[in-house]
Amino acid sequence: MSQPHTPIIERVIEAGLFACGALSVLTTAGILTVLATETAAFFAEVSLGAFLLDTQWTPLFAEKHFGIWPLVGGTALTSAIAIAVALPFGLLSAIYLAEFARPGARQALKPLLELLAGVPTVVYGYFALVVLTPLLQRAVPGLAGFNALSAGVVMGMMITPMVSSLSEDALSAVPRGLREASLALGASPVRTVLSVVLPAARSGILAALTLAISRAVGETMIVAIAAGQQPRLTADPRVPIETMTAYIVKVSMGDIPAGTLEFRTLFAVATALFLLTFAMNALGQRLAARARRVGQ
Amino acid sequence: MSALHPRHNRAARRWEALFRGVCLGAVALPLIVLLGLVGDTVLRGLPKLDLDFLTGFPSRKWERAGLLPGLVGSVQLIVLTAALALPVGVGAAVYLEEYGSRTSRIARVIEVNIANLAGVPSILYGLLGLELFVRALGLGRSLLAGAATLALLVLPVVILTTREALRTVPDSLREAAAALGATRWQITRQVVLPMALPGILTGAILAVSRAMGETAPLVVIGALTFMTYVPDGVDSYFTALPILIFNWTSRPDPGFATTAAAGITVLLVTLLALNLGAIVLRGRLMARRQGSP
Amino acid sequence: MSASTPKLRAADVRAGFGDKEVLRGIHLDVAPQEVTAIIGPSGCGKSTFLRNLNRMHELVPGAWLRGSLQLDGVEIAGADVDPVLLRRRVGMVFQKPNPFPTMSIRDNVLAGLRLTGRTLGRADEELTLQRSLTQAALWDEVKDRLRDPAVGLSGGQQQRLCIARSLAVGPEVLLMDEPCSALDPIATARIEDLIHVLRESYTIVIVTHSMQQAARVSGRTAFFLMGELVEVDDTQSLFTRPRDKRTEDYITGRFG
Repeated sequence: MSQPHTPIIERVIEAGLFACGALSVLTTAGILTVLATETAAFFAEVSLGAFLLDTQWTPLFAEKHFGIWPLVGGTALTSAIAIAVALPFGLLSAIYLAEFARPGARQALKPLLELLAGVPTVVYGYFALVVLTPLLQRAVPGLAGFNALSAGVVMGMMITPMVSSLSEDALSAVPRGLREASLALGASPVRTVLSVVLPAARSGILAALTLAISRAVGETMIVAIAAGQQPRLTADPRVPIETMTAYIVKVSMGDIPAGTLEFRTLFAVATALFLLTFAMNALGQRLAARARRVGQ
Repeated sequence: MSALHPRHNRAARRWEALFRGVCLGAVALPLIVLLGLVGDTVLRGLPKLDLDFLTGFPSRKWERAGLLPGLVGSVQLIVLTAALALPVGVGAAVYLEEYGSRTSRIARVIEVNIANLAGVPSILYGLLGLELFVRALGLGRSLLAGAATLALLVLPVVILTTREALRTVPDSLREAAAALGATRWQITRQVVLPMALPGILTGAILAVSRAMGETAPLVVIGALTFMTYVPDGVDSYFTALPILIFNWTSRPDPGFATTAAAGITVLLVTLLALNLGAIVLRGRLMARRQGSP
Repeated sequence: MSASTPKLRAADVRAGFGDKEVLRGIHLDVAPQEVTAIIGPSGCGKSTFLRNLNRMHELVPGAWLRGSLQLDGVEIAGADVDPVLLRRRVGMVFQKPNPFPTMSIRDNVLAGLRLTGRTLGRADEELTLQRSLTQAALWDEVKDRLRDPAVGLSGGQQQRLCIARSLAVGPEVLLMDEPCSALDPIATARIEDLIHVLRESYTIVIVTHSMQQAARVSGRTAFFLMGELVEVDDTQSLFTRPRDKRTEDYITGRFG
């Protein structure tokens, strides 16, 4: 729509609205600037090699190690457990909602499932520490008070609606003709879903998973409360660990003065976190785009 | 009994029913577990739930701990956050949907940015807020800094939901208004926005709910975990319900677990009331739309 | 006309969706090893009727069916018949070719058997593969690229692949719902030739919006109009000496 005689006020309004939109670009620029400057200062004192090759993280101790891997390991462990919970529940829920539920049931159940995502994460952290851990300690020998398992399970609950909703979109996008073809051959509805619909929805489901993993990696409160503050590289879900996000919270809350190397470790970890989640989000978006193309 | 009788397919039908049952269970089980966790928590917090708790202040002794500063702080935060995020978010959405031509490069750049920002972990917003609002702009560890940070955090949500709401308005209406000689802003303000209002409201509520439950960015900003007075201005130190809950949960004394549970109950009830109120309001708005001439 | 049991029999069939009645009392017999065409203007219920013959109609929420449908004299619409088992005897080819995109040509043909849990030995699989593709007049064109993705074939080839896929399951009846409407004339001609050959082994019911096609491929033709079966007769007779005026109006092009 072109407006040959635009009064001044129209142009002012348009500029104002543009500024609102541009704010998002400024926000991104802001985050990148903050991370970049502080991280650059960090790497002025600590070599990249130490960061990437050391397997100990003890920046606040007397003997300092700056290897990022224990924190990455903690994040990876809790996220893996979260996905192990969210994938089956999310995918099977999606199958139920997309393929088996009556329209009325689907409309009622979808918002209920979204409730899981609406619970504040600090509440989930409480659930993990105060309710779930004591319960699990009766079943799992050697489960510590702070551990990756409780936090991971609860995180899994939280991201289940994300996996479910995105997978459901992927399943619904599979053309009806494929289902009909399979049913017309005499395949049962379940067989049709498992052997025809699910493979066709592969990309979309993968996209859902990737985005869910990214969410789990970026989660802070649940792990800060329940997973512990002992950075260690381990695959044992029963012991305390520390995730990248929990470390950032810990340092923020402490009384380490800003501008010191110790404080800057926070930003180095934050940059690593940013790069990880950014890469996964980008991958997830690309998979989702591919899913949309194939769905023809 | 023909060869087509179901009993010839009995084994397969049993697997069918079993699989369907498992899928239904996958929907039901997390909900049941959530119900159990919430129920357990509410019950655990009951001893602390009384007027003293709601009007009291945090204390070293769990018996005397109250959450008034957190409650007031949370309310102040979400009001301020909404005041900051809604105009900007709706403005950005309007720009992208109504003004920016779909193929213009700038609009694409903005869109990609918003999509990326939606996936950035909330704690990183806290770091941005710390360096930008608290330090660079000199707002200190104030309510305003906290609200500005949360506003940036929920901006993508507001923009995305507002855009969807704007898209539901049929183009024919825009064309009709244009044919009457209205300018783009007149069309937007008088035709499109009123029609999209219910959807925009939904986005607003989503954003505010999210802001109310956020903890990590506020912790990084420097919200107080222990506050003995009520925040009294946009430049005041502040706290929020989730921060108090975080603090109580982290204390080893089991009495504080009870306190945390009570705090959680208050938080959940507040969120529930917020969302229910929004649903009612939206229903009213939509009914008015359908009924009015 | 033979006096034996019809392969398919519809008696007073009524069907619809929710409050909408689409079929109003259809009586139709389909003889074995014959091609029966169903013609009529859009919305007359011919697809709905066809989809009831393999109980695909009931998959739509709100769909309902009354009356009697029989295959070889046995009622097929009741609760004492498993639709999954029925569909292995009554196959269907759809308007838009729908090969499974994640499978190769080979896997598509064998999909029907695998999806219904009937695994054959390697040798038997190869035999079925070749036989089905030959019956569908596709073998020569794809025999050197059986492992290529099915979606790489042209529209006409994909449709013949779908036919091969349906045949591999070993049905007795083949339902075809406007199988050529998405194809070009050459591909259409090839499929019509195919139908002539298949007629000897299968009972075929084909819904088509092209009267010329009905005249070319079928032995009997049924004319549907607004949910009713107006007239059914030998194809020759229906097109040269229609008994009902509505039929005559339709085939002379006064409407539809």
